[in-house]
Amino acid sequence: MARYDRAITVFSPDGHLFQVEYALEAVRKGNAAVGVRGTDNVVLGVEKKSAAKLQDSRSARKIVSLDNHVALACAGLKADARVLINRARIECQSHRLTVEDPVTVEYITRYIAGLQQKYTQSGGVRPFGLSTLIVGFDPYSGVPSLYQTDPSGTFSAWKANATGRNSNSMREFLEKNYKETSGQETVKLAICALLEVVESGGKTIEVAVMTKEHGLRQLEEAEIDAIVAEIEAEKVAAEAAKKAPAAPKET
Amino acid sequence: MKLDTSGLESAAPVWGAPSELVDGFSAAPSFEVPNTTDFDGFQKEAIQMVKPAKGTTTLAFIFKEGVMVAADSRASMGGYISSQSVKKIIEINPYMLGTMAGGAADCQFWHRNLGIKCRLHELANKRRISVTGASKLLANILYSYRGMGLSVGTMIAGWDETGPGLYYVDSEGGRLKGMRFSVGSGSPYAYGVLDNGYRYDMSVEEAAELARRAIYHATFRDGASGGVASVYYVGPNGWKKLSGDDVGELHYKYYPVMPSTVEQEMVEVAGA
Repeated sequence: MARYDRAITVFSPDGHLFQVEYALEAVRKGNAAVGVRGTDNVVLGVEKKSAAKLQDSRSARKIVSLDNHVALACAGLKADARVLINRARIECQSHRLTVEDPVTVEYITRYIAGLQQKYTQSGGVRPFGLSTLIVGFDPYSGVPSLYQTDPSGTFSAWKANATGRNSNSMREFLEKNYKETSGQETVKLAICALLEVVESGGKTIEVAVMTKEHGLRQLEEAEIDAIVAEIEAEKVAAEAAKKAPAAPKET
Repeated sequence: MKLDTSGLESAAPVWGAPSELVDGFSAAPSFEVPNTTDFDGFQKEAIQMVKPAKGTTTLAFIFKEGVMVAADSRASMGGYISSQSVKKIIEINPYMLGTMAGGAADCQFWHRNLGIKCRLHELANKRRISVTGASKLLANILYSYRGMGLSVGTMIAGWDETGPGLYYVDSEGGRLKGMRFSVGSGSPYAYGVLDNGYRYDMSVEEAAELARRAIYHATFRDGASGGVASVYYVGPNGWKKLSGDDVGELHYKYYPVMPSTVEQEMVEVAGA
């Protein structure tokens, strides 16, 4: 098969890889995605664009599992995501075959990031236009992890992170409000962050929780609606509490 | 599953994404097949040529305190003893041992290669590789060279997070997990002694003595085994060489010469 000998991703005079930066732009236009790590679980939340009436929403799942104990959500070009996810799934099984052990979250993140980097340094190809949030539990330590990769191929671990549209606002919110949580609290925190930038409701948000015992569990629309209602109620109560002390001053 | 062709790859980086349509399985480069009229016959001949070379006795077994590994040290070429001091227990890394049976060069090279791979795994994953993983790496490499004339009959013994581990790996690509193994031409004799004397809850000294005796008995009956019986112990802190006894001396230790009563004495006959 003929090999391409001309690279598309080349340096600019001031040291930038414009293709990679343009890819990051594509990510910024993609749907919002957030990940929050709790003490005993990890939560992923993704903005769902309002589904067309005739579309079967289950076929357009945005949070996918790579193995029983690892899941991924991404922001950016969805077609690129499919290719990357397939390669990652193969690598998970290949690792199980060659070392008789499941992958660690760090290993598969390193693999995905390595793949993304390869495409910034090969002939005839362009970088993947997506950033991923990878969550899971380490098979050895049982500790929950959250990692993020981007089109340049860098990756790092996070307590909570966001990517895609309005990710800066979400990250600011998380930086202000993050604290060690577990169970339902972590889910609430993730949904709160998403609600900063997304219209509320189970119709526009997809949420999944990864636990050590049960693996990945996608939340039902009704569940998400219930939690959103809880959050709204708490907000209203907080507002009321703020207003109440002011009232006596008026009389 | 991608075959290990790292030994065959050139230093130049591969340009371009390797046929992305083929989901991650790029074509593996391989040796050119030799030009013969009868390739199967050629293969059989090649295998026969190296088969007798498994003139050796090695054994390993798991017991309560860890793994005991022992081997002789004779190398023979047909009827000629080429060496009495071959190191048949190869130190892969401080907590894993490999035994050598078959082609000496093949065993040494691939065990060193395995050691490299284990170290790289440690560096990349910040944790030691398991005995399961190490043995699987070796088995996969040997499988990819199947039919090309490698002769390796090895046991990988080590101690990892899950405790003591022992695997038998050979150049046919086979890999077996087990509690007791003996490999080589002297293995039937070693098995006899080993299986008879084995108990799971032995002390380190008892297990070492059992291993030593099994090797000795194999060297006694098998012409292709001899030299020095080396015994290694693999425990939670890694391996330790316990002893290396010349089997000739072991013979007189186990069967010391007893003065026997004289039946007849020769008497000088007076000149006729």
